[in-house]
Amino acid sequence: MKRSLAIPLTILIILAPFITAVLCLGIGRYHLDPAETLRVLFSPFSGYLPEPAAISVIFNVRLPRILLALFVGAGLSVAGASFQSLFGNPLATPDTLGVVYGASFGAAMTLLFTHNMLLVQAAALATGLLALLFTTSISRLRGKTSIIMVVLSGMVVSSLFQALVSLVKYVADHDEQLPAITYWLMGSMSRSSMSGIILGLPIILAGIIILILMRWRLNILSLQEDEAQSLGINVKRLRLAVMVASTMITASCVSMCGQVGWVGLLIPHAARMLYGSDNRRIIPVSVGLGSSFMVVIDTFARAATAAEIPVSILTALIGAPFFILLLRKTGGAKL
Amino acid sequence: MNFSVRKGFFSYGNTPILRDVSFSVAPQEVLAVLGPNGVGKTTLLRCMMGLLRWKSGETLIDGTAINRMSHAELWRRIAYVPQSKGTALSYSAADMVLMGRSARLGLFAQPAAEDRRIAAAAMEQVGIRHLGSKKCSEMSGGELQMVLIARALAAKPQLLVLDEPESNLDFKNQLIILDTIRRLSREQGIAAIVNTHYPAHALKIADKALILNREGQSLYGPAAQVINEENMGRAFSVQVKIQDFLYEQQCFKSVIPIAVIS
Repeated sequence: MKRSLAIPLTILIILAPFITAVLCLGIGRYHLDPAETLRVLFSPFSGYLPEPAAISVIFNVRLPRILLALFVGAGLSVAGASFQSLFGNPLATPDTLGVVYGASFGAAMTLLFTHNMLLVQAAALATGLLALLFTTSISRLRGKTSIIMVVLSGMVVSSLFQALVSLVKYVADHDEQLPAITYWLMGSMSRSSMSGIILGLPIILAGIIILILMRWRLNILSLQEDEAQSLGINVKRLRLAVMVASTMITASCVSMCGQVGWVGLLIPHAARMLYGSDNRRIIPVSVGLGSSFMVVIDTFARAATAAEIPVSILTALIGAPFFILLLRKTGGAKL
Repeated sequence: MNFSVRKGFFSYGNTPILRDVSFSVAPQEVLAVLGPNGVGKTTLLRCMMGLLRWKSGETLIDGTAINRMSHAELWRRIAYVPQSKGTALSYSAADMVLMGRSARLGLFAQPAAEDRRIAAAAMEQVGIRHLGSKKCSEMSGGELQMVLIARALAAKPQLLVLDEPESNLDFKNQLIILDTIRRLSREQGIAAIVNTHYPAHALKIADKALILNREGQSLYGPAAQVINEENMGRAFSVQVKIQDFLYEQQCFKSVIPIAVIS
């Protein structure tokens, strides 16, 4: 990247989540221009009295959804970037440890019995953490854990839960439950409500903050184990901390909006192509890019057509060509 | 600082690798570890630094066993330069060297200006200031090795442990690495333990030598005494001649392999 471009670009990435959030708050069947959106947004403080419909649309419908998209985008991107460093593999994603299918199983299972979204969320979170527990305990051999064992156990645990999800779908009632489960698995932010995101967002936020604070250590974790150890860090403990923080984020995301693919791979790569390998830059840049990307995608999902398009379809449809373009242009970014 | 190993013993399963290894190094001293391929030189380094656990015996720093020291405490004193097999990681040299500060920073801390200054000074010390922004994945073997040494120095260690630092390098780079190790130990008072395949290199820079044999036995003593034709022959199963070569009042030792002893 040219030096003259670096500073304006960085400023843009910092501001991007705020700009996209305000723009996208106004987009939809009830349209508001950005200035009006801001006036409505600050009306509780400024004494400005907007139309009741505007208040309802912004605060009850769009704001929770956009907040959710911001956090999910930032969270999955940061978790992806962290896993790529942790496993020293640019193809690692937030579901490398089997957490995504673990959480999906919990959610699908609960959807058989209830439509209470809070319960679905709690179950997804619990089984996501359970999947992490499985993966880490399977990969422990004689008290030692190697990265390759972690990746392999992650694959095993993932396919195990994938099979369980299929089982749940198979036994589900075909008229009501199956569509609900299938739709849920495809990922959507449409179920978000303030009360729903209040449970999940703090968990995502905590995970992001932990990973941001440890961003320089992530560089060291990507070295050989002996090398990392000899630089004075406790590799075992640090790896576990990164895995737990990333799992909290991933499970929480899945619990609120189902499976959202691609973001955890796409965004860190884009960040690396722009800023190189140093996680001190990659992690914060992933927050900015990931959150704004997700808001734009989700706005497209709800506003492009009369019906809602599942988010994971869009992330793949928009993400894949964009990714190909980036790869062709820069020759790919190494870790 | 005095670094010593007392009666170190290590085995993989029932196969003993190292038996009754003892040695010590003091500031300004260089210890060379010699032995044939696969005899356990790297294992010795890993054991003595606590990366592998001794089956019996112990490593002491100034009389304190290292397994009673905290992680950070240990790695502020010892810095390890692993065998550089090339890396796919594309961190810049400056970022790589900066990682050497890790043992001196808290878990959530980010390196500050002071750390960057120390890292830059370490690069200056080994003469690679100009490499600052070059990516590690694009470096030659010699450049990467110097970056790893600079990274070790950035921790301001009292003991430098190097695993075959001059293997895979051409003559000139070998000479640069050897001279750097010698100079660091003389000028900065850093002790050094160096694994090497080359007896001549050991004779050139080491004060002491430890020779590992196939049967797990070891020989330890002043380099000039221990590295002789007989011991080399036994350790490597090669008939060896050691010759002095005088050039401008300086004595260079050359070690010439004659024939394999069957």
